Amino acid sequence: MFEWDSVSTCSFFFFDCLINYNRFSEGMDSIMKDLNSPHSMGTTIIGVTYDGGVILGADSRTSTGLYVANRASDKITQLTDNVYLCRSGSAADSQLVSDYVRHFLHQHTIQLGQPATVKVAANLIRLLSYNNKNMLQAGLIVGGWDKYEGGKIYGVPLGGTIVEQPFAIGGSGSTYLYGFFDQEWKNGMTKDEAEKLVVKAVSLAIARDGASGGVVRTVIINSEGVTRNFYPGDTLPLWHEELPPQNSLLDILSSSSSSAEPMVS
Amino acid sequence: MVVESHETDGEFAGGGLGHTSRSPIVTPVFTDMVSSQTESGLLSSEGESQRTQYPYVTGTSVIGIKYKDGILMAADMGGSYGSTIRYKSVERLKQVGKHSLLGASGEISDFQEILRYLDELILHDNMWDDGNSLGPKEVHNYLTRMMYNRRNKFDPLWNSLVLGGVKNGHKYLGSVSMIGVHFEDNHVATGFGNHLARPILREEWKEDLSFEEGVKLLEKCMRNLLYRDRSAVNKLQIAKITEDGLTISQPYSLKTFWNFGAFQNPTVGAEGSCC
Repeated sequence: MFEWDSVSTCSFFFFDCLINYNRFSEGMDSIMKDLNSPHSMGTTIIGVTYDGGVILGADSRTSTGLYVANRASDKITQLTDNVYLCRSGSAADSQLVSDYVRHFLHQHTIQLGQPATVKVAANLIRLLSYNNKNMLQAGLIVGGWDKYEGGKIYGVPLGGTIVEQPFAIGGSGSTYLYGFFDQEWKNGMTKDEAEKLVVKAVSLAIARDGASGGVVRTVIINSEGVTRNFYPGDTLPLWHEELPPQNSLLDILSSSSSSAEPMVS
Repeated sequence: MVVESHETDGEFAGGGLGHTSRSPIVTPVFTDMVSSQTESGLLSSEGESQRTQYPYVTGTSVIGIKYKDGILMAADMGGSYGSTIRYKSVERLKQVGKHSLLGASGEISDFQEILRYLDELILHDNMWDDGNSLGPKEVHNYLTRMMYNRRNKFDPLWNSLVLGGVKNGHKYLGSVSMIGVHFEDNHVATGFGNHLARPILREEWKEDLSFEEGVKLLEKCMRNLLYRDRSAVNKLQIAKITEDGLTISQPYSLKTFWNFGAFQNPTVGAEGSCC
């Protein structure tokens, strides 16, 4: 009896191992799927015109499935000295499109003899997006300043439509911002008002969109040139149900007097 | 504020009456759409790899009617992205040459492409410099061929178009769908307009409507679409084309009516309700 028991116990143990191994490999499969998923930028990207130029803003999270592949990516890429691009959707697709357009714009600038206009840059983006619409997954916002039209923002969503707008929002986080912009957008803002608006908006989207996160980057483009700004998480305002970050519970415990009760049993 | 499409110059960006579009020089890669794709590369499309696509940014109904002096057309300014109303200043009524007006519903990027092809068509027509110009019937035929040939390649331009115009006193109003179905009529509509607007037009349209009667009729249809079409937005333009020329109105909004007793107390008398 004892031997039988021990044998049965052994076999249970053996089957247990097998079952665990299956579960382990299922888990591994989904992790492998995640790691092999295309890099996509669930993102928040914004482009806003103000009196004198444009402000482009974005978060910094690049994800492969549920894993954050890059927590500090730069989604605002340069096309020319005076035109920049906010990228969302597939990271690879948007990077390639921007690389090609940068190349074409460089050639165009040489041949034209003067800086390219924002409209030309936006239309080159549109050409690539439209003509390869079945293969690309890239939602793009083109923003810049030229001497003819001043600051301009062009949205080029999936499909390759081109839409000139006073402000544009894109990426998965933008769904949370339609109402915000409907309420807060004003024409003819100053540079500081506009930048504050962009940072607030990206920060709000990060708060609710799992696919957006990290830091807020902004790029300001006007007649004077280009300025890049960087807003790490601790400089951003706190929203509903968010708590001020602490170094450790131990600090809270040591600093609290009898009135606070951090440890509740 | 009217969204400036890629075609118009900065000076015309303000919209309003007497709106004309000037076409910029078309880049060389864009010749001969209907014949085979000679320019293979990134800036033009590779024919073989394209298949039926999906629409992304779409416009809803367009309605057109003949009236005493010509054609009246109405369309709202919405660009929907699935169920989100993403763009609210998209101009879906555009001039084509001297005699025609084109309204489009469906994928906006394909409509923008159609406008580019039409630009080239009109440009070549003008370059003949022979005093003749393409009328609405000819443009309608060109569009039909374009849509049908794309459909045959399983790569449609995902639009339903309304083409109207007047040439030499003759009024013309036609429609083309994304599969090339085309016809001519006294009143046409696309999308939801077929179901909601055309019944109204069948009852109330008559020969030789005045401008005021025509506008009121279109507004009645557009208001109905606003109530019942989920992708409609309350910002529309009405365009008129006559022998003398074309005008597209400033964007404006319609009043809507919700003050009915039955709306305020919808459950009066119903089982389980309070009253």
